[in-house]
Amino acid sequence: MTTTLQPAAPVRAPDTLAVELDRVQKRFGAVTAVDGVSLQIRPGEIVALLGPNGAGKTTTIDMLLGLSDPTAGQVRVYGMKARDAVSLGIVSAVMQNGGLLKDYTVEETVRLTASLFGTAGSVDEVLERAGIADIRGRRVGKCSGGQQQRLRFAMALLPDPELLILDEPTTGLDVGGRHDFWSAIREDARQGRTVIFATHYLEEADAYADRIVFIRRGSVVADGTAAEVKALASGRVVRATLPGADRARLAGLPGVDTVEVRGDAVIVHSQDTDAVARYLLTHTAARDVEITARNLEQAFLALTADDGLTPDAGSL
Amino acid sequence: MTTTTVTARRTRSLPAAGGFSATFVGLELRRMLRNRRTVIFTVIVPAVLLLLFGSDSDYKTQRVGDGNVTGYIMISMAVYGAMLATTSGGAMVSIERAVGWSRQLRLTPLRPVAYVAVKLVIAMVLGAVSVAVAFAVGAAAGADLSTAVWIECGLLAWSCALVFAAFGLFMGYLLPSENVMQILGPVLGLLSFAGGLFVPVDQMGSVFASIAKFSPVYGVGEIARYPLTHDGSLLIAALNVAAWTSVFAAGAVWRFRRDTARV
Repeated sequence: MTTTLQPAAPVRAPDTLAVELDRVQKRFGAVTAVDGVSLQIRPGEIVALLGPNGAGKTTTIDMLLGLSDPTAGQVRVYGMKARDAVSLGIVSAVMQNGGLLKDYTVEETVRLTASLFGTAGSVDEVLERAGIADIRGRRVGKCSGGQQQRLRFAMALLPDPELLILDEPTTGLDVGGRHDFWSAIREDARQGRTVIFATHYLEEADAYADRIVFIRRGSVVADGTAAEVKALASGRVVRATLPGADRARLAGLPGVDTVEVRGDAVIVHSQDTDAVARYLLTHTAARDVEITARNLEQAFLALTADDGLTPDAGSL
Repeated sequence: MTTTTVTARRTRSLPAAGGFSATFVGLELRRMLRNRRTVIFTVIVPAVLLLLFGSDSDYKTQRVGDGNVTGYIMISMAVYGAMLATTSGGAMVSIERAVGWSRQLRLTPLRPVAYVAVKLVIAMVLGAVSVAVAFAVGAAAGADLSTAVWIECGLLAWSCALVFAAFGLFMGYLLPSENVMQILGPVLGLLSFAGGLFVPVDQMGSVFASIAKFSPVYGVGEIARYPLTHDGSLLIAALNVAAWTSVFAAGAVWRFRRDTARV
């Protein structure tokens, strides 16, 4: 039996992107789950896909794993089709939940997967690295949610993938389980693996990613380093009622990051909100001026809110 | 054997035979035998039925063809057991789809065709176990057949049960249920009555006897018992088996294609 798979070029030139999404769109009937996402991820990056439920994170991940094809646009993983990258073990994933057979033991589940990847020799090693060597003989059905999640992690490690994808990996885990899981992942990522994880826990994205991609309603609404996200979240917001606001003038004030105009309302995000307020009150007909703080959580909500409106930030 | 692809990390290759391997089959078999419901369906039910219906002491002395009635009933029960076993083997697909295991397997190099091949092998192994158990119980209960008939009937009962492996696969892809055998068990029971497995066709009314010939169980039973009875039309029985195998296999392929097209 001969199995062949011929990549177009040597699999991995040093500058090959780990992930390249080019205007990717996915529609289910009338619903557009992913709407023109373009994304480039370099090898070695740890990227969080952050967004509320239903934002299109899982749909995006399914396409990265070749579980579904985009309606439009292109998905490349290490320069090849997603399905081929999965088959060769270049990319593997820890899925949300389910996907395990409860009649198997932990070790049998890993051995079965190893037989498919042709890595039978690494069963002990991945059990050890996922921290489940001590429960190898336990039936999967008797394992806790956290143990099952580490089993999925062990399975994902078997092909020694270049890229590891985690889809909401800690959903349903308690604090302890979450901590253990991330310790194992962090330990693993030191070896330079590319990691992409979807989460709606902001603190997870903040703690473990060096790049955060905000997704809302199928589109990327922000993309930057964790530090940039923090900067985005710093400062305060000035809201005022000002018909016919001069957007360019406001944007030119010192410290202003963004200016939003919605009908008669103007919302200015700035490092120096006092200056903005002073300007509004002395140079314009603005009224109802309000200054509010914005923390990381609110920045997240603002960027990912499904209603498309900036939610009220906590009052000062 | 495989074309390998070199990456910075290590050599990568696709598994031989699409992932079909002795390891895979061995692990799956162990899992099936661990499942209480499977064991009940494939081993205990046919054995109990055989003891209930076949151990009447008169049956040991009444002759049918080259053997006794106990032997005749034993073969019918072996067919019934093989049918339950292969169906539940094929229907495993349904459970694995329901819990998301199939999706998990898509994250491996396993080829869908290799997966189906594993399911078929498992189904047939379970069928063989079931036939062996029925024959062991039958021998203890006084079945009297010549050695040749034992072997021929056993092999025929087992190999013809391939129809039901296909049936199980078809239903497994059709019904996304964790309890698919709770539906299929009674269905198989009805088909067995209709197909003359529990009550010989010549003891039915003429209408039912005609209907019986179209039951998917009819052909298997007739063929499996032929070395004993030398009775009935092998041609009709063979046509029955061939037709139903084609129907179920086509159905399984149709649903299977749809399932993988979802990708």
